[in-house]
Amino acid sequence: MTPNPYLWVIPILPLAGAAINGFFGRRSSKRAISAVALVFCGAAFAMALFLAASFSSASAPYYFDLAHWIRSGTFQVDFSFYLDQLSLVMLLVVTGVGFLIHIYSVGYMWDDDGYYRFMSYLNLFMFFMLTLVLAKNYLVMFIGWEGVGLASYLLIGFWFTKDSAAAAGKKAFIVNRIGDFGFLIALFLMIQHFGSLDFTYVFAAARSLPTETAGAGLLTAIGLLLMVGAAGKSAQIPLYVWLPDAMEGPTPVSALIHAATMVTAGVYMVARSSAIFDRAPMAMMVVAIIGTLTALFAATIGIAQTDIKKVLAYSTVSQLGYMFMACGVGAFSAGIFHLMTHAFFKGLLFLAAGSVIHGVGGEQDMRKMGGLRVYMPWTFATMGIATLAIAGIPPLAGFWSKDEILWQAYNASWVYWLIGVITAFITSFYMFRLMYMTFGGEYRGAAAQGARGHDAHGHGQAHGHGEPHESPWVMLGPLVVLALLSVIGGFVGYGNHFEHFLTPVFHVGDVVAQEASPEAGKSTLEYLLMVVSVSVAGLGWFLAYLLYSRRPQLPARIAASLGGLYQAVSNKYYIDELYAVLFVKPLIDGSTTILWHGVDQGVIDATVNNSATAANHVSDTARHMQSGNLRSYAGWVAAGAAVVIAYMVWMGVTH
Amino acid sequence: MVPLSYYLLLSGILFVCGVLGFLIKRNIITIFMSIELMLNGVNLSFVAFAAHWHALSGQVFVFFVMVVAAAEAAVGLAIIIAVYRTRETLNVDQVNLLKL
Repeated sequence: MTPNPYLWVIPILPLAGAAINGFFGRRSSKRAISAVALVFCGAAFAMALFLAASFSSASAPYYFDLAHWIRSGTFQVDFSFYLDQLSLVMLLVVTGVGFLIHIYSVGYMWDDDGYYRFMSYLNLFMFFMLTLVLAKNYLVMFIGWEGVGLASYLLIGFWFTKDSAAAAGKKAFIVNRIGDFGFLIALFLMIQHFGSLDFTYVFAAARSLPTETAGAGLLTAIGLLLMVGAAGKSAQIPLYVWLPDAMEGPTPVSALIHAATMVTAGVYMVARSSAIFDRAPMAMMVVAIIGTLTALFAATIGIAQTDIKKVLAYSTVSQLGYMFMACGVGAFSAGIFHLMTHAFFKGLLFLAAGSVIHGVGGEQDMRKMGGLRVYMPWTFATMGIATLAIAGIPPLAGFWSKDEILWQAYNASWVYWLIGVITAFITSFYMFRLMYMTFGGEYRGAAAQGARGHDAHGHGQAHGHGEPHESPWVMLGPLVVLALLSVIGGFVGYGNHFEHFLTPVFHVGDVVAQEASPEAGKSTLEYLLMVVSVSVAGLGWFLAYLLYSRRPQLPARIAASLGGLYQAVSNKYYIDELYAVLFVKPLIDGSTTILWHGVDQGVIDATVNNSATAANHVSDTARHMQSGNLRSYAGWVAAGAAVVIAYMVWMGVTH
Repeated sequence: MVPLSYYLLLSGILFVCGVLGFLIKRNIITIFMSIELMLNGVNLSFVAFAAHWHALSGQVFVFFVMVVAAAEAAVGLAIIIAVYRTRETLNVDQVNLLKL
């Protein structure tokens, strides 16, 4: 443990930017706003690079205690920051991708009236995300955790005059609260049993406990509750429903928060808590199963979506499932590796999708796109690279990380591997479907363009749209950088360098079927599995080419022949409707009849109203004594006196 | 020597006359006089007891009552005049604004 006084500066920088833009942005020029947002975010990135340059595994982990916070008896929580190999990876991903997306936002959001607000929120998000990543204890992490939820809410509902955006923001917030509830209870359990929330202390305590192989104990409970939290934040079954709706937000937000960084916070948290999960195999299994199911389930939904951002949203859910699968089988470093490469190519995909949406005037329906490779070659090229990367075509980034996960999953159980490979096939299919529908064929939007107002996207773009056009360089620049990262990002995993780098953080496992000696384990089997996963990716590509490029009329016929199944998939398996019937409607009905009409109106309001009515009645009766008639008063006095005298006569006058 | 009970009986009769007049009469002046009658009924019982017990305190107390009655008469008559000027009546049943 080495103190490092620079740690706290990194989160503070974006906070300063958020404050400046938030308080003074309304009266500043857009250039000044952009400068503030980019300088503070870029400074955080520079600091992160500086820390990475001076990082040495020998003196890691670094820490810094900024201030005391809670001191209660022996229990204490401080504002402390912590940097080890895991947080360093997250730090670089968050600040790096975040900075690129800040640059992109300058171009994408330039014409929006709420430009200063947007930039301020983005910086605020960076602050909370960095707090989350750099926290030294669970409570500071929880601040960041809730903070990114807040930023996410603000940015999803950024175009708050649109009902659907406001509703999506609320949905994201509420679903996340369900997960946070689990997270909080896990924290309470830790406080009760370990008396601390500090990572170092909690993990040491967890390691001193025996592995809970026989049954579910304390660590299993904590692990499962943490997973509830992670499932909320990282959009896993059953709490994934908010993420597709979150696409109502501006596209840079989808890229930064709902693809590259915030939604991976759950993976980070599970990986960070690896010491706890390591002692709770049942919790691990649940993580793996949830991850695997989510990966497959979301991928199938992605096939039938027509909204370009919805496809990417379900793809994100699916890829997050991969990461949880990796964590669940004990391959935490593979999960984090995929987190990193995913941040590159999924961030790129979203930004490219934003560029497409920008170029065609706010249209998000892929059926009205097509042929855009001619109009926007740079976007096409970069998005193509990202698609190859996510599909797992070697040697791009996604290939390395996904292959690592599948290999680790195979070591745990062939079932995980099989589902993972099927998912990889579907992923490849829907991604190339997206590419062919968007960039291939002829432009289908022109006819529709003239008829309809181009403002369905919500942000009134000033420039007119005759035909699609390429985006400005301020948007293309980040695309190119991310494309580069998507190409080379995977090589850090070559020869298990990435895994070795993270070993000090995860040197816990005996649960996992680890390779006995990693290099020797690069056996024919692993290469065989690699060939299988690459060939299914190729197969998915070919199928997409066949259906959406060669025979564009075929998908409709297949959809028609599938009938109900296709309907179910394209309607996302009616999960939203199911939740509405199962949870939302009973909750609203129950709240209306029991809480509102019953408790609020029946008990609370009734108590107040009835006591008022009673007082009214009593005083209404009593006020008739006050007749204003002097002689009746005299009568009351005389009667009273008579009563007093009668009483005294009857009781006898005592001294 | 007249027995004490005679005085007390007369005192009681005077007081009851005052109470009845206070309750029954409508003219403010009459009501006012009824109050004086009650006070003086009580005064009579005070002096009767004082003479009976040979104690001065009862007689002293009567002077207090007289002083208070005199002050009350001054204030009360002023109020009555004020009422008459504004309401142009001395009937208490018509002076009934002070109510809900």
